[in-house]
Amino acid sequence: MTAINSADLITNLLIFLLATVLGQELIRHVSRLLHTPLMALTNAISSVSFIAALIVLAEPNTEEVSLLAAVAVALAATNIVSGFLLTDRILRMFKRRKTGK
Amino acid sequence: MTDLLAESLYVVAALLFVLSLKFMAEVRTSRMGNICGVAGMAVAIGATLLAYQTQNVDLLVGAVAIGVVVGSPIGLKVAMTAVPQRTAMSHAFGSLAVALVGAAEYYHDAPAIDPATLSVLSGEMVLGFLTFTGSCIAFAKLQGLISGKPLLYRGRMFVSMGVLGVAIASAAYLVANPSQEMVLPLVAGAALVFGFLLVIAIGGADMPTVIAILNSFAGISAAALGFVLDNQLLIVAGTLDGSSGLILGIIMSKAMNRSFTNILFGGVGATVTGTTSTETRVAQTYTPEDVATIMRDARSVIFAPGYGMAVAQAQHVVKELADVLQARGIDVKYAIHPVAGRMPGHMNVLLAEAQVPYDQLWEMDRVNPLFPETDVVIVVGANDVTNPAARTRPDSPLYGMPILDVDKARTVVFIKRSMGPGFSGVDNELFYLPKTMMVLGDAKKVLTELLSSLRNMGN
Repeated sequence: MTAINSADLITNLLIFLLATVLGQELIRHVSRLLHTPLMALTNAISSVSFIAALIVLAEPNTEEVSLLAAVAVALAATNIVSGFLLTDRILRMFKRRKTGK
Repeated sequence: MTDLLAESLYVVAALLFVLSLKFMAEVRTSRMGNICGVAGMAVAIGATLLAYQTQNVDLLVGAVAIGVVVGSPIGLKVAMTAVPQRTAMSHAFGSLAVALVGAAEYYHDAPAIDPATLSVLSGEMVLGFLTFTGSCIAFAKLQGLISGKPLLYRGRMFVSMGVLGVAIASAAYLVANPSQEMVLPLVAGAALVFGFLLVIAIGGADMPTVIAILNSFAGISAAALGFVLDNQLLIVAGTLDGSSGLILGIIMSKAMNRSFTNILFGGVGATVTGTTSTETRVAQTYTPEDVATIMRDARSVIFAPGYGMAVAQAQHVVKELADVLQARGIDVKYAIHPVAGRMPGHMNVLLAEAQVPYDQLWEMDRVNPLFPETDVVIVVGANDVTNPAARTRPDSPLYGMPILDVDKARTVVFIKRSMGPGFSGVDNELFYLPKTMMVLGDAKKVLTELLSSLRNMGN
């Protein structure tokens, strides 16, 4: 059922390359102050693999497929929840000096 | 029809993820970045639920509930000193999730799976599984569950490469024979063992770089899964994560003057290769009161903190001391070395938690020119990143590493638990300079005494 056809592959490679260039540009401009929360944030974002687990879970044909997908859902959900909460908690700690001092 | 809707919503989600990273460029907009990230995730999940109605509602709800129950306390409660461990854990979870989806996809489709798809799928699983065990070991080292010392033995490279070879060869066999379902556990097993062997041989001091590299692996494996499922959102999100890990890894390795190969396969930190001179040199030790006398006349002070400050829980006293100094009209800055702390940017977070304003945090390149005009530098819990041998002694293992030029300040106050060497095992000649004041003791205790001496002096 799953088959990478060559037209899709080329399109996806193009997307991959563009995303790499864009990613390098974006990350290079992130303040060094924020590298720790950046890691927490990108980790949560890449846990969008959650949707891949959802897709597999939607049409499982065997027990073991459902089980593998369900474990993946739990792991990705853990990362999404903890990643965004932690990023927010860290970012709230960064404060400027009070003005006038 | 729903497919088209879902696909369009994925485009929106991808855009939100890109904006999310764009807003991380500065502190001012960073919280908006996190909000965009959350929004993108919500759109992505909503679109998927719409397009793929699951029959397994109970299983799905149960799995998500576990994720929320486990993830919430981690996100809300983990101590800032423990963020590196939790980051390693999140790479373990993320890469395992990706590897398991890959395995599920294989079992779902096999043997009706074409070689091209299966090649990408196998590569993705190998990368995912090795990142999983590698991150677990990084977690254990950072958490102190196992020794931070690299485990080195003769023929280690041979064993590691042999195991990786087994993983690749069995993956290739699987691609050629997609119906041989029994080969998959072998691929997974060999990849898991390789990840373990890879990171167990790396010293604790290299963990900041290792975390970043594992971050990159986790992202790339997610992107590879996107190729398999023909899901462009996953490709974009995984690639952004992979890029981030790569760049942070490069920054970390440059800050330690090491290459990726040297960090991954060098096994540095086990042997003391430093030139331990036989001549007995005596460092001048001082009391916190002595330091207070010097500081009373100072006009500019720079703190150079290292992870030892966080271990001693001294960051809050440092902040209090800084407040007292500023009240006296003294200019205060913090010099942040890129590898101060245990992951990229960690020291900034530790100081921000102690309510140090972020505009007082000066990164190495910006602060180094200021040291010659600085009256007093206080080094707290740092050592190797201040060692002038990195500039002057080609025979030193630290040679070439960029350092904080604290030796150029008029007075250097070194607060240290003992006269022992740093992570690298190299003696620091800074200890023996006439302008250096060594204060031995627990950082928190020393700083508290210094603070009360300063207060007693009045104005």
